[in-house]
Amino acid sequence: MALERGTFLYEIWVARWSLLSGLGITVSSAALTIVIATLLGMILGIGLTYGWRPLRWLIRLYVDVLRGIPVLVLILFAYYGLAMFKINVPPFWAGVIALAAFSTAHIAETIRGGIQSLPQGQTEAAKAIGLQFHQRLAYVIIPLATRRVLPPWMNTCAEIVKNTTLLSIIGVVEFLLSNQQAIARNYLVLQFYLLAAVVYLLINFTISQLGAMLERRYAHFRY
Amino acid sequence: MSTSKPTPLLQARGVKKSFGDLQILKGIDLDVHQGQVVALIGASGSGKTTFLRCINLLEEYEGGTILLDGEQIGYRVEGENDERRRLSEARVSAQRARIGMVFQSFNLFPHMSAEQNVMLGLTKVRGKPKAEAQEIARHWLARVGLADRRDHYPYQLSGGQQQRVAIARAVAMEPRLLLFDEVTSALDPELVAEVLAVMQDLAKSGMTMLLVSHEMLFVRQVADHVVFMDGGLVAQAGSPAEIFERPSTPRLRQFLGRFHGILSSVT
Repeated sequence: MALERGTFLYEIWVARWSLLSGLGITVSSAALTIVIATLLGMILGIGLTYGWRPLRWLIRLYVDVLRGIPVLVLILFAYYGLAMFKINVPPFWAGVIALAAFSTAHIAETIRGGIQSLPQGQTEAAKAIGLQFHQRLAYVIIPLATRRVLPPWMNTCAEIVKNTTLLSIIGVVEFLLSNQQAIARNYLVLQFYLLAAVVYLLINFTISQLGAMLERRYAHFRY
Repeated sequence: MSTSKPTPLLQARGVKKSFGDLQILKGIDLDVHQGQVVALIGASGSGKTTFLRCINLLEEYEGGTILLDGEQIGYRVEGENDERRRLSEARVSAQRARIGMVFQSFNLFPHMSAEQNVMLGLTKVRGKPKAEAQEIARHWLARVGLADRRDHYPYQLSGGQQQRVAIARAVAMEPRLLLFDEVTSALDPELVAEVLAVMQDLAKSGMTMLLVSHEMLFVRQVADHVVFMDGGLVAQAGSPAEIFERPSTPRLRQFLGRFHGILSSVT
């Protein structure tokens, strides 16, 4: 097949740097969001389970409010809303902040559920040998909860990757927008949207495979 | 009077505990002396397990005192109006470390091998170096007959083996007192004997033990002192001979009647 002007492959070649840069933005914004949301979500999830009452209420409020707002609204708020308060955040970071704030709420709730679903017996055994609260968390509760939390956490990661497409609204040239820009030049609408769909699918397939691998690794945590 | 006796290792006085409106413990008095094996018997719901769990503060008790080596478990009383304050997490954990507990449902850590289960408290609570902790863990696993199972995970062990690992985990900490909470109740009948044998071995070695058990034959043979609980109170206490041969209350007679077949087979 000749690489003639107007064919799909030719147009991909022409747009290659733009597409790769878009892919880079998609992957990096998703990865940053996953790391931030997982760390903060863990802290909030533990606070939600064990914190003293006022703290629990505060976290509960955050979790319920954030989960009840569309991500797109959060993204627009992080970009335009903060600008109104003279806080200028570059679009990429505004997007990451909004996505992380949203995903943190989801992960916190997942972790609370994971911890509370653990049987009491292991915690009591840990108490009985004299382990203090932080030691029980580190050596018993977190390792056991990790196994339970893994599948819903992988789902959240896949959601995050898909949600990065919304960053295009505030002008972040992530993978979807880089495809749309290519379409604006060559009108190969179907082909480029198909390309986008396949690439997102591949990213999330990789994530779910990684998850399955981790689950196999933890298979001996049967209880 | 008991002035000739040394101070008990464990001294419980008037221990009270409620779950909501339901009062489970209505004032339990109990002494356990160094080296003694004391058995708590009684119908389910009589408060045996709840009392046992108060001793290492898995349940908070609301009234009375529990002293281990003269030190009150879980709380300190201070101020002019004798206000009861809960001890810090670090203090409570240090007290718990002096009391071992074996549970009905084993409660091994499923993500750790048998040896790691025993080592965790030794390294993290006792602060022993890994090599020494491993040596102690291997010693105790061998003592309970599981030297060749030390690298097995709980799911690879039978119930009886899991319970023996749990006993090794508790004893390895060198507790002042070992609590056994119906440790054979979740086991298949053919696995009960192996666990009882380990407990008998510990009793002989001088370990101070307080056990809740429905194994009347075992209680009769191994216990130094038997406490019959009924409705949240100690109804009768005494030597196995007194309890099993001269039950003075109708409730105790009724309770023992259920075990008649088993008990009469030995006498």
